[in-house]
Amino acid sequence: MNERSTGRTWLLALVTAWLVFATLLVVLLTTTGGMSRGAAVALALPLSALAQAVAWSAQYPCRSAPLARIDLGRLILTHASAGLLLSFVWVGVGWSLAQWLDSGQYWTGTAAQFSKLQTALYGAAFSYYLMGVAFHYVLQALDASRKAQERVLESSVRAREAELTALKAQINPHFLYNSLNSISALTSIDPVRAREMCVALADFLRLTLGMGDKALIPLRDELALLDKYCAIEKVRFGERLTLQEDVSEASKECLLPPLLLQPLFENAVVHGIAQMPEGGWIRLQASCEGERLSLAVENSWDPEAGSSRKNGVGLKNVQRRLEARYGREAQLQASAEDNVFRVRLEFPAETEKSQ
Amino acid sequence: MNAPEKKWKALIVDDEELARQLLREMLTSHPEIEIVAECASGMEAVKAAAEHKPDLLFLDVQMPKLTGFDVLELIEREGLAVIFVTAYDQYAMKAFDVHAVDYLLKPFSRERFEAALERAKNQGPKKALDAMELSAASRAPGQFAERIVVKDGTKVTLIPVAKLDYAEALDDYVSLVSEGKKHLKQQTISGLELVLNPALFVRIHRSYLVNLERVARIEPYGKDSKVAILTNGIKLPVSRTGFTRLKKLLDEKN
Repeated sequence: MNERSTGRTWLLALVTAWLVFATLLVVLLTTTGGMSRGAAVALALPLSALAQAVAWSAQYPCRSAPLARIDLGRLILTHASAGLLLSFVWVGVGWSLAQWLDSGQYWTGTAAQFSKLQTALYGAAFSYYLMGVAFHYVLQALDASRKAQERVLESSVRAREAELTALKAQINPHFLYNSLNSISALTSIDPVRAREMCVALADFLRLTLGMGDKALIPLRDELALLDKYCAIEKVRFGERLTLQEDVSEASKECLLPPLLLQPLFENAVVHGIAQMPEGGWIRLQASCEGERLSLAVENSWDPEAGSSRKNGVGLKNVQRRLEARYGREAQLQASAEDNVFRVRLEFPAETEKSQ
Repeated sequence: MNAPEKKWKALIVDDEELARQLLREMLTSHPEIEIVAECASGMEAVKAAAEHKPDLLFLDVQMPKLTGFDVLELIEREGLAVIFVTAYDQYAMKAFDVHAVDYLLKPFSRERFEAALERAKNQGPKKALDAMELSAASRAPGQFAERIVVKDGTKVTLIPVAKLDYAEALDDYVSLVSEGKKHLKQQTISGLELVLNPALFVRIHRSYLVNLERVARIEPYGKDSKVAILTNGIKLPVSRTGFTRLKKLLDEKN
């Protein structure tokens, strides 16, 4: 619904409520009160309008006392006092109007007839106020549930988005181009190694693409992927790249989102090893202590190479994916000191059995 | 056969062993080209270029410490044809701006390689750019230098801009003062001013460009001139327009 048609709907509802209330009031005034029809209509139309205002203004006490966050005592107190005050004003205005009509020449006796009905009128005003209260509480509840739905939708969209950008970012095209260039060089120099590299590259691609649709994989599978990745990079960098692994057996069974560590390795290669003519090392540590899995990727790093700030994208992706999966249960710390760049991850340890 | 053609001296610069081997292999069918050196880093390339005065340069862009563009800033470009060889396509525009002969994207075919060689031979070296044009061309607009490359003889020094105290104009050279040392670079002070972030470096005088962070205070000097006193006590003259610029920047900062 657009804004204009919503406005029109509201106006129609208001006019209907006004006429219905006025008609009921006329009936009350003429039958029980014995008022003349003319006087009753003259009284009912403005009073009904005022009643609509009373019901409408019920939203303010409703807002100050939202159902979800207030105890029953305060709820009753708030609305009883607001309702009494408003119905007092309403009856007061009606009484003044009746007095005025009475002072004219046509409708003498109106004031007395009005006074006779006072109790009923108080009751009517008070109940109408309560109806307004109920109406606004229903509106509030609808609004809250709509917002909650939007939030859920938004967060799931965001999680999905993070997942997709993360996966898209996994295979760096320059990694492919450089690897293909190495193969191109090897075909004539060393055909056997060229073939090996083709196979390693195919394995890497197969593993990467196959992991894309899984939510969680055991660390063992991620390690297999890293192995392929490093084998390929070792062909490119030769002696310049050394690897160290310190992975506990227990941690290999722990689950993690796929391709979580690979971008960290890629960062280590691109921003660490590739920036050092004499080469460097990458170290992976993984341990599972109690309920937590902790992982660390470290690499030698030259602070003067000046390419640290481009690290941002890969790290941010890893962070977002951790958040999407574990919320506040996950921690990521990146630090650079003493020529070592270090990324530490920690999150709840799960295994296939525990799931 | 006619008298032997002039031999072309070629230099191969790539940090990856296999990438160098590939170029070497493709050049084996060209006896008119002699590979005078292979370099695994920009530093080596600068040294080798000074030593061998090559005619043809195969240059990778992404290398440790010195990039391909840094190398071009530091070597004699007269009579040199440059072919970039890289896996990254985003430097093609820059390469064109620094008058490279061609731009080979890894991996490349033999045909593509031959075409690049043909171009280098026919076109010959392009007009050499000076260091100022070069460093300006190799930077995207709105992006400022993070470091300055200087060559003292055969030694290459990288000065992070945060460590540069001030620069002084000396005819065709600038003297760059950093951590108590002076480095000479063949560049005009206006050229240097162009590549440095104007929010960090101010031209306080026709001949002086100063790091704003180093200015401790400004004192009057003589009748209507002023001097800037740096945190290490060095005094630099400040011209009237220089003072206006300096004041504006300092006011913006506070």
